[in-house]
Amino acid sequence: MAKKVALLQGNEACAQGAVYAGAKFFGGYPITPSTEVAEVLSVELPKVGGKFIQMEDEIAAMASVIGASLTGAKSITATSGPGVSLKQELIGYACIAEVPCVIINVMRGGPSTGMPTGPGQSDVMQAMWGTHGDHAAIALVPDSCQEIFTETVRAFNLAEKYRMPVQVLFDEIVGHMRERIEFPEPGELEVIDREAPSVGPEDYKPYDSTKGQVPPLADFGSEYKYHVTGLNKADDGFPTTKASLVDAEERRQIDKVMDNIADIESSEEYLTEDADVVIWAYGSTSRSARYAVNELRKEGVKAGMFRPITLWPFPAKRTAELAEQAKAIVVAEMNLGQMVLEVERVAKGNCVVAHEGRVDGDPINPGQIMDKVKEVL
Amino acid sequence: MAYDYEKSIRPGKLPHIWCPGCGHGIVMKGLIRAMDTCELDRKNTAIVSGIGCASRLPGYLDACTLHTAHGRAAAFATGVKMAKPEMNVICCGGDGDGTAIGGNHFIHACRRNIDMTYVLMNNYIYGMTGGQFSPCTPTGDLASTTPYGNPDPIFDISKLAIGAGATFVARTTAAHPREIDKLIVKGIQHKGMAIIEVIDDCPTTYGRRNKFRSVIDMMKRLKAEAVPVKAAAKMTAEQLEGKFLTGVLFEDTEKPEYTAQYADVIKKAQCA
Repeated sequence: MAKKVALLQGNEACAQGAVYAGAKFFGGYPITPSTEVAEVLSVELPKVGGKFIQMEDEIAAMASVIGASLTGAKSITATSGPGVSLKQELIGYACIAEVPCVIINVMRGGPSTGMPTGPGQSDVMQAMWGTHGDHAAIALVPDSCQEIFTETVRAFNLAEKYRMPVQVLFDEIVGHMRERIEFPEPGELEVIDREAPSVGPEDYKPYDSTKGQVPPLADFGSEYKYHVTGLNKADDGFPTTKASLVDAEERRQIDKVMDNIADIESSEEYLTEDADVVIWAYGSTSRSARYAVNELRKEGVKAGMFRPITLWPFPAKRTAELAEQAKAIVVAEMNLGQMVLEVERVAKGNCVVAHEGRVDGDPINPGQIMDKVKEVL
Repeated sequence: MAYDYEKSIRPGKLPHIWCPGCGHGIVMKGLIRAMDTCELDRKNTAIVSGIGCASRLPGYLDACTLHTAHGRAAAFATGVKMAKPEMNVICCGGDGDGTAIGGNHFIHACRRNIDMTYVLMNNYIYGMTGGQFSPCTPTGDLASTTPYGNPDPIFDISKLAIGAGATFVARTTAAHPREIDKLIVKGIQHKGMAIIEVIDDCPTTYGRRNKFRSVIDMMKRLKAEAVPVKAAAKMTAEQLEGKFLTGVLFEDTEKPEYTAQYADVIKKAQCA
């Protein structure tokens, strides 16, 4: 039987991906340009027995998502830059308390209200460093409507597997673009549920890492009673200020991501094998970059593209390899220089690293990227 | 025979962090008695708090306990209750946590009339951070950040809750321990948002700055200022000056409860 296809907006594809992944709770607050994610989930979630709630503010939305997730419900929220700024307090809470959840950020410009209906890619550092304190982050950056669907599913999988918040960042262009989507059949995409405790309620410790870096999470309202706090805590979940315990827990929560980069990382490469110049681009910008690569190749320039799909943890290994191979890396992004800092860091001066940025609300076009390539080569 | 509180306390979690003379322990005992009276299944009960002295309460109790961020208890609790309406949800916390930084969550949880019981310990001060004035510090009183007397008007938490749409609102004090559990029981049994405001005392950061030389003085003040609703009905406005009402202040059993309303949404969505 032919697969179900539809012409969907990126934001709609995101909502459909969430339902496919088994989302049962959405808590949100209206903000442009992400609102269609909420609108579609307000229709779809109750159909599958899930819950949709529009909370009083962005912080409350994030709080409700964490509370719901603790009962075992796969939980999601959707917002944009200013909303993510407000949510940072509780994104940190989800990190330290290790509560799985998915945060969609349909990126616009900024800072502050900025250009609500214009695209931007200026929340990419916020996704890593927005909340206070040391922590790991996982952020995914799809570039098409189909990929928004699959990456939303993967975001839930990673959240559940690593017991942490996972952010999906797509810019307003991809969020509001309409493309043909093929709906995967049930079972076609992997769907991961959080690991249930293997010990009985009497022996359960919510942060017991003796059997692995990611301790199993019991559901509130099951047989398990336990304590959750935003304070530094010991393996039993209760607060501690004992230096050795605090240090071990902090490091474990970072290591559980950094030791598993191979599992979390995802990227696409286009004509990089022999590339003298690599265009490093993500989200909608990568669509212009691909066009630029084709045009440059016609002109005899050996251009290629590296497109991170997992933006955080940063694809350091492959970026460093490309810096050794190529004469130049051109980072194209709709901001005035964010991910380029990471590229420079890992390139270690092995090649020229240039930046092509834009923050005027228009997309980066292929000509702009081609000009920059010609300038640096 | 002495009441057995120990079965409700998590082993090894006492002593608590509260100062000698603090009323929070009295409220915790009241909550334990109320939960016992209602025979709440602890496995199926979430106790949610924010930040502050009062918000440390859940950690001592044997249940699913969630100590969240400053002011956010009602918002986390809303997520728990929505996702699993069959759970009993109890919030607890202080006046600064609940009505300043958490004020928005507080009024909207009241407005939704979501089925939970919020025990709000109002001790007129931010205790944990060392005695800064809260939205409930009486005008003119001294706090670490009102060295010349508090210029701010106060919130009347119970009136705020009633105005915002809570359907069960009651008030008592830490000097009336038997009334605490009676009112919490009514709150738990009520289907909808129940606010139990307990006027509490903080001898360490409020009392000593405001001429309450001892805990006894503070308790005497609570007893002197508390007027039961029935008694107040027979008193003049002049006699009620400087007093506050205690007992069940408001009850509405008609307004629909939020998760029940959402169950109807699910039915509509699934029939569509």
